[in-house]
Amino acid sequence: MPARRRIDRGFSGFLMVLFIAMALLAPIAVQAAEKLESLVTELGTAKLSKKQEVVDRMIATGAPEVIGILEALVGRDLYTRKSDKKVVIGRKAEGRQLLLIDPVTGAEIGLAGSRDVKRVKTNNKLRSSVKATMGSLTLMSPDPQRRLEAAQGLLKSDDLGMLPLLETALSKEEDPAVKDALVLAQASIRLQSDKAEDRLGAVGVLAGRTDPDSRVMLSRLLLKDGETWREPDADVRAAAEDALADMERRLQFWRTVEHLYQGISLGSVLLLAAMGLAITFGVMGVINMAHGEMVMLGAYTTFVIQEGFRAAAPELFGWSLAVALPAAFLVSALVGVAMERGCIRFLYGRPLETLLATWGISLILQQAVRSVFGPTNREVGSPEWMQGAMESVAGITLTYNRLYIILFSLCVLGAVLLVLKKSAFGLQMRAVTQNREMARAMGIPTGRVDAMTFGLGSGIAGIAGVALSQIDNVSPNLGQAYIVDSFMVVVFGGVGNLWGAFAGAMSLGVVNKLLEPWAGAVLGKILVLVAIILFIQKRPRGLFALRGRAVES
Amino acid sequence: MALGLAATAGMGIAQAQETIKVGVLHSLSGTMAISETTLKDAMLMLIEDQNAKGGLLGKKLEPVVVDPASDWPLFAEKARELISKEGVAVTFGCWTSVSRKSVLPVFEELNGMLFYPVQYEGEESSRNVFYTGAAPNQQAIPAVDYLLGEEGGEAKRIVLLGTDYVYPRTTNKILRSYLNAKGISDADIMENYTPFGHSDWQTIVAQVKEFASQGKKTAVVSTINGDANVPFYKELANQGIKAEDIPVVAFSVGEEELAGLDTGPLVGHLAAWNYFMSVDTPENADFIEKWHAFIKDEKRVTNDPMEAHYIGFKMWVQAVEQAGTTDVDAVRQAMYGQTVKNLTGGTAVMNTNHHLSKPVLIGEILEDGQFEIVSATDDVVVGDAWSDFIPESAKLTADWTYPWVCGNCEKPRF
Repeated sequence: MPARRRIDRGFSGFLMVLFIAMALLAPIAVQAAEKLESLVTELGTAKLSKKQEVVDRMIATGAPEVIGILEALVGRDLYTRKSDKKVVIGRKAEGRQLLLIDPVTGAEIGLAGSRDVKRVKTNNKLRSSVKATMGSLTLMSPDPQRRLEAAQGLLKSDDLGMLPLLETALSKEEDPAVKDALVLAQASIRLQSDKAEDRLGAVGVLAGRTDPDSRVMLSRLLLKDGETWREPDADVRAAAEDALADMERRLQFWRTVEHLYQGISLGSVLLLAAMGLAITFGVMGVINMAHGEMVMLGAYTTFVIQEGFRAAAPELFGWSLAVALPAAFLVSALVGVAMERGCIRFLYGRPLETLLATWGISLILQQAVRSVFGPTNREVGSPEWMQGAMESVAGITLTYNRLYIILFSLCVLGAVLLVLKKSAFGLQMRAVTQNREMARAMGIPTGRVDAMTFGLGSGIAGIAGVALSQIDNVSPNLGQAYIVDSFMVVVFGGVGNLWGAFAGAMSLGVVNKLLEPWAGAVLGKILVLVAIILFIQKRPRGLFALRGRAVES
Repeated sequence: MALGLAATAGMGIAQAQETIKVGVLHSLSGTMAISETTLKDAMLMLIEDQNAKGGLLGKKLEPVVVDPASDWPLFAEKARELISKEGVAVTFGCWTSVSRKSVLPVFEELNGMLFYPVQYEGEESSRNVFYTGAAPNQQAIPAVDYLLGEEGGEAKRIVLLGTDYVYPRTTNKILRSYLNAKGISDADIMENYTPFGHSDWQTIVAQVKEFASQGKKTAVVSTINGDANVPFYKELANQGIKAEDIPVVAFSVGEEELAGLDTGPLVGHLAAWNYFMSVDTPENADFIEKWHAFIKDEKRVTNDPMEAHYIGFKMWVQAVEQAGTTDVDAVRQAMYGQTVKNLTGGTAVMNTNHHLSKPVLIGEILEDGQFEIVSATDDVVVGDAWSDFIPESAKLTADWTYPWVCGNCEKPRF
């Protein structure tokens, strides 16, 4: 960074303190406002490369409106009105209209269509540097979220003039997350200092940490520009090297934890997709090639329900999945029962014919969905509580959607086990599976039990579709993506056994994820497939072999 | 009936009939339907428009739509059917490189004419194909230039993520060699491939994060194709990777792909194309208006391959008018040097290597699924059939002007 710019920023940092005092007293200097007006106009016309300079000058005016304007710029809400070239803030209003706000006075100045205005251009680089500059303005905000963003923005700043302000902010900060971000920002800025002892101190602060940002900063000290070290002082370099090595050691352990978590999460997805199949294929012995399409129907049901929520009650959107679950179960179960009654029941004991027939049905279902909903992906939203991630130690991110899916798959497994083991229907189902003739002699309506069993398996697939819609595309091809994996899980785990499906899914997931980092996704998948083939050679009945219709025949 | 006989018979019909048949070879079912159905509609619109203007050579154009169902061998079969049975004068079609590679022998054997509208990996030159999409030097190279340049954040480490098939592998081969030439060593390049429709991106995104945490500014070049993009971007967002920290520039994500997905997490990430719907020109406004009127849906978007079809179709019409016939050999010679005002302002030119000269645009994804152009080449870029960054192809030239017959030789052959 050129020296001049650094001085400018230093100056703006100093002005910041002044500015906060001014903002507290809130005297809006008329002169400053006028100047701001012209600067805002300049912001609209300046080239991308010149915009940062205009931003710096805007901050130098010390006007309190600057925060709002910069936030609009970073949030892409700043527009130029085509009719008079006036720069305005646009907020979404009714329909496709924008509510225009004068950036300087804050007054509403009418509505405009999206064609009447042109967005003030930004790019990643500008936004990142503006966020860093803005950090100085919002560090004292009463809102902890904004303070956190400000501190994170400052990570990209190299403005030594910010240090006193950071100091003050740190002494007052009570929120632990913000405090942590402030410590990091402070270290990041101190690394820019000319004094080696300051930089050494900063390395000391970073040494105990494991987050990716600290790692980036430390690694940067060890980079070379051509022949010269970026960090001139050998002591600082040595300290950074030690700190990195130590970090690396601790990370090694956490990385294994991360891979295990990812494996379990993939396993839970496989389990969800395969659980229905464990019943229809495992228990009933029906090779159901349309199983994936049952999953797809569940996902599309979620989409339809969400559309309903969007239209009727957008404020209740967070509940859409709760409604989608029973709906998806019903839809898929009904289609499953219809399939069983209309086709499969004539084909019991003829696996090849079943395979062909269900494959045909799967194609029909796919094309039907394509005709109704179109070939493009459908947008299924995630409720707020499923977005984002839990940032834990060592920069491991546990994404919420995966976390919930793990929990959800375990709940479904538990529920299905309960139904099979504890309910009258489960008892009948097992009776029919184990000895159809005897069951019929005992007065069990075997035909009905068959239909219900198939419906149950399909319904569970539908439920899986609700979960998968959160991580995968809702498109007519959704089912195909899971059919092979599902069969793999069921065959590997042992046909006819839910615990087998559970063990199969989890071990496949974990092995896959442990292989992936060094073998790559493609080769990893192939290796898993080969391993399964070899395993099936040794143990044709899978991990847990059970008695069932398929076994007996 | 024997195929040769059918071919002659087909030509006889073509002479006698009152309409000129135009083949439309796009998947309307199967996994590629998501992208290709729109192109079929776009062609129907262009043909309807031309007929409203009085047709071509005094005859009406008649679209012959077939559905190769995303099945590569079926592409070849349908292409054969179009040329020999239907006697089409020209065919507009294909999306994936593998479908193009499947139909190539058919078009060469029967001397048909194919307009291929999608960006691709280059390293191919056929007398019977006009490539109206971007070659690597019209998309991938300028995009990487942007990332390495000041505006793009001066990336020093590049992650090449792709779907495992010919287009990403070849493009990345070219890019790696280009990056090496720019002083980026292999240690600073991470390359990773995933199967089609890959949905579990946890590990790879974590790897990218890890790769980026080693001090140097990192950017991702994505040749991930199709459906796999959605879970990929979702995972990026969920793991907290922001475009400002690690920008992702994609070559296969356009307006059509963004429609029907939650673009919130993608905002700020980039794409490189020769056309964006958001381009503010009268030609484009006119095109979009026509498209909306034709498809009867205000929400439908336009995209880069649609513009490629628009340019290709207009050029073909001009070439036929100039040649005064739809005969493939005559039209081919008339194609060279054809110019069409493209939709982004400026003019597209058909070169003798069967590739267009087009401008290259870099756009940032916005929350409404549109792109904001953040960078554009000053001038049009000439499409290069044979990349200069693969040693064995650097010395090859392609030129099909009569009497040359050379698409892949070092010296012209006659």
